Amino acid sequence: MNTFDLSVVLSGQYHEWLVSGFLLSIQLALITLVIALPLAIVLAVLRLAPYAPLRGISIIYVEAIRNVPLLAHMLFWYFGAPELLPAGIKAWIYQHNIEAVSAVIALVLYTAAYMAEDIRSGLRAIPKEQMEAGRTLGFGFISTMRLVILPQSLRVTVPPLISQTLNLWKNTSIAMVIGVAEMMYQAQQVESATFRGFESFAVTTAGYVSVSIVITLLSSWYQQRYPVRSA
Amino acid sequence: MLDIIQTYGLYYLIGQYPNGPLGGLLMTLILAASALVLAFPVGVVLALCRISPFAILRVPVTGMVYVLRGTPLLMVIFWAYFLLPTLTGQRTDQFGTMLVALVIFDGVYLAEIIRAGILGLPRGQMESSRSLGFSYLSTMLLVILPQAFRNMLPSLVNQFVSTIKETSLGYIISLSEVSFVASQISAQLPTKPIEIYALLGLTYFVMCFSLSRFAYWLEKHLAVRSAKV
Amino acid sequence: MIKLENVNKWYGSYHALADINETVAKGEVVVVCGPSGSGKSTMIRTLNRLEAIQSGNIFIDGVDIHARSVSVNALRSRIGFVFQQFNLFPHLTVLQNCTLAPRRLRKLPAKEANDLAMSLLERVGLAHKAGAYPGELSGGQQQRVAIARALAMNPPVMLFDEPTSALDPEMVGEVLQAMKGLAKEGMTMVCVTHEMGFAREVADRVIFMDQGRVLERATPESFFLTPEHPRAQRFLSDIRSPMAGGGISLAS
Repeated sequence: MNTFDLSVVLSGQYHEWLVSGFLLSIQLALITLVIALPLAIVLAVLRLAPYAPLRGISIIYVEAIRNVPLLAHMLFWYFGAPELLPAGIKAWIYQHNIEAVSAVIALVLYTAAYMAEDIRSGLRAIPKEQMEAGRTLGFGFISTMRLVILPQSLRVTVPPLISQTLNLWKNTSIAMVIGVAEMMYQAQQVESATFRGFESFAVTTAGYVSVSIVITLLSSWYQQRYPVRSA
Repeated sequence: MLDIIQTYGLYYLIGQYPNGPLGGLLMTLILAASALVLAFPVGVVLALCRISPFAILRVPVTGMVYVLRGTPLLMVIFWAYFLLPTLTGQRTDQFGTMLVALVIFDGVYLAEIIRAGILGLPRGQMESSRSLGFSYLSTMLLVILPQAFRNMLPSLVNQFVSTIKETSLGYIISLSEVSFVASQISAQLPTKPIEIYALLGLTYFVMCFSLSRFAYWLEKHLAVRSAKV
Repeated sequence: MIKLENVNKWYGSYHALADINETVAKGEVVVVCGPSGSGKSTMIRTLNRLEAIQSGNIFIDGVDIHARSVSVNALRSRIGFVFQQFNLFPHLTVLQNCTLAPRRLRKLPAKEANDLAMSLLERVGLAHKAGAYPGELSGGQQQRVAIARALAMNPPVMLFDEPTSALDPEMVGEVLQAMKGLAKEGMTMVCVTHEMGFAREVADRVIFMDQGRVLERATPESFFLTPEHPRAQRFLSDIRSPMAGGGISLAS
């Protein structure tokens, strides 16, 4: 078993396992991104709202989520939360891929907390006079946000958001802990079945690094193409 | 809730010690602290290589940093779990595996923090020290790093917070850190997962939140003795 | 003492120093002046190898400073260099700034190093600030400490790169005092400076540079009273009456 033999993982059944894992990882990341980003924008805007209770909700959310590891979140949503549901819904969920649902919930809440902070920094980078100018023209808080502040803050915010997407991509691996058959889980499975850990892990590492490189290049391209301009 | 804490409290805090290995919350803290302390010299060496004028040092290290930053920590843990017994010739225990994985992973992140700290100092510091006759390395040790360290202290505390959260992944290799212990307790009490996992969340929250506040306080407090351009 | 022979330096295609040939004798005080970008800072920085040269030779005390056998650190420990931005070490006290090199490089024991540093700080009038940190001192005080720090290694030659240019006017005098004291004691000094008063009082020779070349060398009297090179004449008149020839007229 000492010869390095990539053929085991480059074709055939085990290859299929790894590929399906890779695809599921990508799916997890994309679904999370689509839900987390709007949630993060809402949280960021709440943080800057004129009413203290609304600000408080946002602050508590972000601090509570960020100071707890993603693994603990996943354990909670998979083992803990379903107990709160009434028996009927609970049974239905257990039949319908509770693992993936719990994982996505945990990922969405976790990622949104970090993205909210990045968006908030982006919003704070815009001088407050811009908000004053919008309000003076007669726009409400939300409209000013939508028409004046958010479009300007985009350039500052996008690079950190891309960086969070990179973290999200790597975080999908933690879903294996609650049994989601994404790429890391499959790497383990292949290793157990074939005892070819080196090959299995090497290919999986390549899988993660390749998408990471794409994301990093995207960030560099964006910063090159849309550099931050100040007034 | 209270009787859970009473029955399992000690197990949660320090594991099976003294009737077994150390575990629980204490294990989490010891693992995180050891990892960061050991990762720091690794980070310094990597940072110096990253800014080195010698391509033979700079290029491989830069490549390694990029690869490691694109890999999940879980992957690094599996690599360590898989390779360490082969490399050391003996069975490596979970603590050792986790420690090695964290030192490598955090070393790379620390390298970036340290690099930023070094590059943030005015060039004149290096020049004046070299003009006195100190070598590059002596200057690093006597002049640059002491100042950079002071500047990066808040970032280092934040990294400690991240490391504490990273220790939770020891769960996957059955290391008795606090998340694993919580799941063991939950297995004994199958009707109370919410209380247990909520307690787990609260534990992490208290640790991490207080440390982040400390980092914030440090940042405010450390303005004085830094070099101004 | 110092000899530059056919020294040339390029930054890419920009010819920063062109065919510099100069000598500084032991005990001489030489002032280098010229407009911005003339290469005067670059030239003085080549003397302790803070800047590299592409061709030519530099000899200090008869030794080719670029020879393979010469250790750059040993060379620099024998040359005192004072920067425009002082560059004191902010994490060390004034005393520690001065004793760091003697203790680590010359292996002086703590007591001797401290005594040496204190006597130097007395000379520049800052013995009472020995326990303070650079951040607590004014610019003029910091620069005087920087001079003491450089002197602590007992160098045979001191180089000054625009030592008063970053100072508020009222502090320039105290630094020039310290430098004059050094000159009177016979130190070999090369100073890049705009302080013409200092040059007139203390310098043995003035070197005028522009665009990387030495255009004129003379004694201070003849340079300031009767400069020969037209560029030097223009430079001196610009310094003396900045608003005269070539200003913008608001009336037109």
